[in-house]
Amino acid sequence: MTVPVLSVRNLEVEFLTRRSTLRAINGVSFDIAKGEVLGVVGESGAGKSVTGLAVIGLIDPPGRIAGGEIYLSGTRIDHLPPEEIRRIRGKRIGMIFQDPLTSLNPLYRIGDQIVETIRTHLNLSETAARKRAIDLLAEVGIPAPEKRIDAYPHEFSGGMRQRVVIALAICAEPELIIADEPTTALDVSVQAQIISLIKRLGRDYGTAVMLVTHDMGVIAETSDRVAVMYSGRIAEIGPVQDVVQNPLHPYAKGLMGAIPTLAGEDKRLVQIPGSMPRLSAIPPGCSFNPRCAFAFDRCRVDRPEPLKHGSHAVACHLFDTAPGEAAKETAA
Amino acid sequence: MLAFTLRRAIQAIGVMIAVGVIAFSMFRFAGDPVNQIVSLDTPAAEREAVRKSLGLDDPVPVQFARYFGNAVQFKFGVSYQFRQPVSNLLMERMPATLELAACATVLAMVFGILMGVYSALRRDTILTKFFQAVSLIGISLPTFLIGILLIYLFSVTLGWLPSFGRGDVVRIGWWTTGLLTLSGLKALIMPSITLGLFQMTLIMRLVRAEMLEVLRTDYIRFARARGLTTRAIHFGHALKNTLVPVITVAGLQFGSVIAFAIITETVFQWPGMGLLFVQAVQNVDIPIMAAYLLMVSLIFVTINLVVDILYTIVDPRLRSTISRPA
Repeated sequence: MTVPVLSVRNLEVEFLTRRSTLRAINGVSFDIAKGEVLGVVGESGAGKSVTGLAVIGLIDPPGRIAGGEIYLSGTRIDHLPPEEIRRIRGKRIGMIFQDPLTSLNPLYRIGDQIVETIRTHLNLSETAARKRAIDLLAEVGIPAPEKRIDAYPHEFSGGMRQRVVIALAICAEPELIIADEPTTALDVSVQAQIISLIKRLGRDYGTAVMLVTHDMGVIAETSDRVAVMYSGRIAEIGPVQDVVQNPLHPYAKGLMGAIPTLAGEDKRLVQIPGSMPRLSAIPPGCSFNPRCAFAFDRCRVDRPEPLKHGSHAVACHLFDTAPGEAAKETAA
Repeated sequence: MLAFTLRRAIQAIGVMIAVGVIAFSMFRFAGDPVNQIVSLDTPAAEREAVRKSLGLDDPVPVQFARYFGNAVQFKFGVSYQFRQPVSNLLMERMPATLELAACATVLAMVFGILMGVYSALRRDTILTKFFQAVSLIGISLPTFLIGILLIYLFSVTLGWLPSFGRGDVVRIGWWTTGLLTLSGLKALIMPSITLGLFQMTLIMRLVRAEMLEVLRTDYIRFARARGLTTRAIHFGHALKNTLVPVITVAGLQFGSVIAFAIITETVFQWPGMGLLFVQAVQNVDIPIMAAYLLMVSLIFVTINLVVDILYTIVDPRLRSTISRPA
């Protein structure tokens, strides 16, 4: 078996506050293979973005990676000194943020920002870097790139700016792209273009993509596999078709039930009662148990671990075929 | 861009006319100028002759038009106490004030920006705490007190620096400079620190606050995600964005440094325009006071104009909103 581009093992991220330590990510594990798109969904605060930031090493104090390992193409990267992880950022891992309107420095021409990034990572002359920047802009679908390269960010529309951001993310041909809600701030029509662009780039370059979003429609269209996150843990992970059409975890079921369909008959969308627990008040056992219609005694005591179930892995006692195997998780 | 500059220039002229009215009205409300010129026992006929020769018997609008017409050509009349044209007096004193103000501003800008950036980037170091203590002193101690303390320490106790005056000056054309002689430079040190300390602390606090704000923005986070070096992020991306508001404040402060050099000049007996103004106030020398008022407002208006133009150079977003006004 080939080494996955990204491999995350039992990741734990904590935020130290004056009163207590909040655990935002609690034992998350997943792999992304070369050329694969992994969608990460969940409600706000489920830990999707924090996972992405942890991978790229941008968790700022008071937050910190408290445990687990992150491997990039087999090399461990979570404990690297700042200068080394900086060299990886932008070169081997590209990142796209949610809001293209604020991601670019308003005082610099976009060309200067791209050239600066290229020259930080690749040993190119100013002219060669500029030529590469023009090629990149053409690649992401900016019309007349040789002219637009000297424009300022405010002279672009939102969709065009997100294309520039993508050009910046891929300018050193990274192995992995982390896209944190890349389409949330955009019009629906522009969303589709950006999604197909990310998909095409992943295919053409064999780049692995971690796509963080709360939009199931985007996931269904783009991803090969999907991970459903709930309060800092992965509830269910599996191939996108299987998870969307046949979700196992009650929370995933609830999420999929909340997607409106155009073809479906007029029925009320299912709503999951209640809201996600705050990080300071995560219930014992399965963190979903207060909202779960199927919860039983064990759910209130034992924390379920993700277990293989067909093509999925699901963290739910309903699918635990070997009961009695209590979770042995302790803080690492 | 040109239209914008022109529009601003016209506004500036409007402001200057308004200030001109105020300056002129000082002559009318501060007593009869003839009394200031002639002695007590001058006969009435002679007084009338003086009044006529100065044009003070003309209708007020005519007098104003004449005053303003002269002011535009930098003729501000004759000083009552020195019996010399005011413009000559001002020209003679101006280099001293401008050198002092420029020196104080450069000092304030350089140290203010350096200290501000340092204390924003290294928030918890001892040096940062020291800078903040200094800034607290600079912002709360009155200028004259700082000046007197400096004189006590460096002139009276240590005897390193002169306590008053400008030292030896070199004449270049009509400009006299103290920057080329050792005694001139030594004399400049304490007044510039006194005058610049408040501005420095102001700039330091502003830079620190802006820098902290900018470091939290998305484009800085994205710059980090692009793997740029910390140096490039802090000094290329963050600092440039920090400087936009700093330009405004520093520009306006340069105006007040010139205008309010009065106190520093008095403490150090610095032969500049401020000292001239203080003497004029004591002797009710209205032509000098009016001319000083006009000069200071001209400086402020000019600086405002320059700041507006500088803005558009730093921030490309303003350039395009100006070229196609809403």
